[in-house]
Amino acid sequence: MNGDSDNILEVDKLITSFETDRGLLRAVDQVSFSVPKRKTVGIVGESGCGKSVTAMSIIRLLPQPTGKILGGHIHFKGRDLLRASEAEIRKVRGGEIGVIFQEPMAALNPVHRIGRQVSEVIRLHQKISKKDAWDAATEMLDLVRIPAPEKRMMDYPHHLSGGMRQRIVIAIALACRPDLVIADEPTTALDVTVQAQILDLMGRLQSEMGMSIILITHDLGVIAETCDEVVVMYAGRVVERTSAEELFANPLHAYTKGLLRSIPTLETPSKSILNTIPGMVASLAEHTHGCRFCQRMGRSDRRSRERPKFEEVSPSHWVETCPECTSNIEH
Amino acid sequence: MFEVQRSMFATPPLLSVSDLRVHFPVRAGLMLRQTTAVRAVDGVSLEIAPGETLGLVGESGCGKSTLGKAVVRLLKPTSGSIHFESNDISHLKQSALRPLRRNFQMIFQDPAESLDPRMSVRSIIEEPLIIHGLGTRAERHTQVNELLDRVGLPTAASERYSFEFSGGQRQRIGIARALALKPKLIVCDEPVSALDVSIQSQILNLLVELQKDFGISYFFIAHDLSVVKHISDRVAVMYLGKIVELAPAETIYRDPRHAYTKALLSAIPSTDPKARRKKILLEGDVPSPIDPPAGSAFGHRIKHPLYPDTIGMPLGLTEIATGHFVAADPCCLTPEDWDKVKPGNIGKSHETP
Repeated sequence: MNGDSDNILEVDKLITSFETDRGLLRAVDQVSFSVPKRKTVGIVGESGCGKSVTAMSIIRLLPQPTGKILGGHIHFKGRDLLRASEAEIRKVRGGEIGVIFQEPMAALNPVHRIGRQVSEVIRLHQKISKKDAWDAATEMLDLVRIPAPEKRMMDYPHHLSGGMRQRIVIAIALACRPDLVIADEPTTALDVTVQAQILDLMGRLQSEMGMSIILITHDLGVIAETCDEVVVMYAGRVVERTSAEELFANPLHAYTKGLLRSIPTLETPSKSILNTIPGMVASLAEHTHGCRFCQRMGRSDRRSRERPKFEEVSPSHWVETCPECTSNIEH
Repeated sequence: MFEVQRSMFATPPLLSVSDLRVHFPVRAGLMLRQTTAVRAVDGVSLEIAPGETLGLVGESGCGKSTLGKAVVRLLKPTSGSIHFESNDISHLKQSALRPLRRNFQMIFQDPAESLDPRMSVRSIIEEPLIIHGLGTRAERHTQVNELLDRVGLPTAASERYSFEFSGGQRQRIGIARALALKPKLIVCDEPVSALDVSIQSQILNLLVELQKDFGISYFFIAHDLSVVKHISDRVAVMYLGKIVELAPAETIYRDPRHAYTKALLSAIPSTDPKARRKKILLEGDVPSPIDPPAGSAFGHRIKHPLYPDTIGMPLGLTEIATGHFVAADPCCLTPEDWDKVKPGNIGKSHETP
């Protein structure tokens, strides 16, 4: 599988667990997906579905000592990151794989100037002089369309607005020209007009630099606007995976359908009753081995307790084939 | 302009706000003298009819939460007036306000922070009834059970604590508390923005049902335009302390007139990957309310060539079509629209209602 040259990243049956008072709880339960070169893959799901844990497992940035990767493979450019040494992974993290976090203020150090924070990353991964790194960092600020970059290099994070700070975080993520960028809710903390600026910027940088992006979000609108492929996660598992166009045109899993129908759009008639998904996600400790969406819908006892198979039901359209949740496809 | 807006209601308004200003002093220096002020709300007039939902949208820092708190007098206005029914509540003392407060309640964004973790759900919902001296112990007990049932929680929930519940359930507890006094108006400040989409739709449905059953008015504040459009009868768009456009919900989304409203609408991500729209990308950020531009705030942001002309202009809300109000601002309107609302031309373009 690692010989496949079309994909920059392949995640195969990833299992990530957390040590808790109630024992070892599985936050990510055999998740598989791949990221093609120069494409954007969205991971969408509600809070606690394991989307961020999946992404942080890729760069092995889990809370320590509780977070543990217990199984699976993560092939990045042909090598298995899960078997890489700590020194190797440190080179990948911030170098070949850049990360954009949700909260730009938390991702930046408040007591260091912007210039130092951006050039530091470059010096960590490349053997260049301080002066050259500073110039390269200024160039990065220019690349993310920050006006007067030389001046901004001397600013502290609190001098900047939320949108400008997120541009700095993007500049840091891209500073070493990564092959893959993991963006964890990059626009959730931003206003809608600033979100549009940042998404536009990320799209333009992708076509200029040719990196792949994993975009983690709970916002299906952001997915529709930016992603080539989509991974829908529910309760630690992937329930559906296909191209963005196919997902919105022809969703197969009951959870995906429920999500799509529950968002009000500008076209929904005012004050009409919105479709809802009853109940809520069970806690990690209560997860069934069988179909977890059936568990939410209160029908976990009726059907088999076997885990539904994850199958390719039409070309490049994968879905968890639970007889209740995907009743419209042939088995 | 205020008079024009009033005339659109057949019934007298439940809430009417006129030229409201809320300025926060900025103190600096050794003696902490007031040096300047944050003009969070800077001359807002609006009305809410009985049973109506008025939506308020705007970006962070535009003053929408401050406005929401001020209309229910959780903040003291600097100037202007707030009438609830026939009472002028803008300058009442807390003691005089208290009996009136049962008519206007508030639901907050973060239900975790607005519910006391040391109180049982029953005491949280019962507290407003006790404060207002309503009912005997037994009556209150029944009433709390009814309220829980109404917001979709089991009676058994009453003996538990708020932190034992999920975000959506906590918001239901917050709604039950707000409903306890049978208010006429509920100010909802970002009530669903902390919730997941599938839970968000459950809470929106609940709010719509409660309005149908009890005829409550909502002042619904949110940054999510699709959510606001869904729940509102009319929508006000706020920018840097001022309302720049106000119209029926369908109208404002179908036919926005102000450049800022247009930009906001175009920035909403579409849920159809085939219809990725061309966006109006705004440069820069919302300017600071400490030192707002002297003329048109949005004209200043988009560096409009007519900006210098707007310094000294009133830029007030003007009725451009029946029930559709827009700031008379040459930077933010098409030349045709500007011609309709330009001072001096008002009243010529439409029949005065």
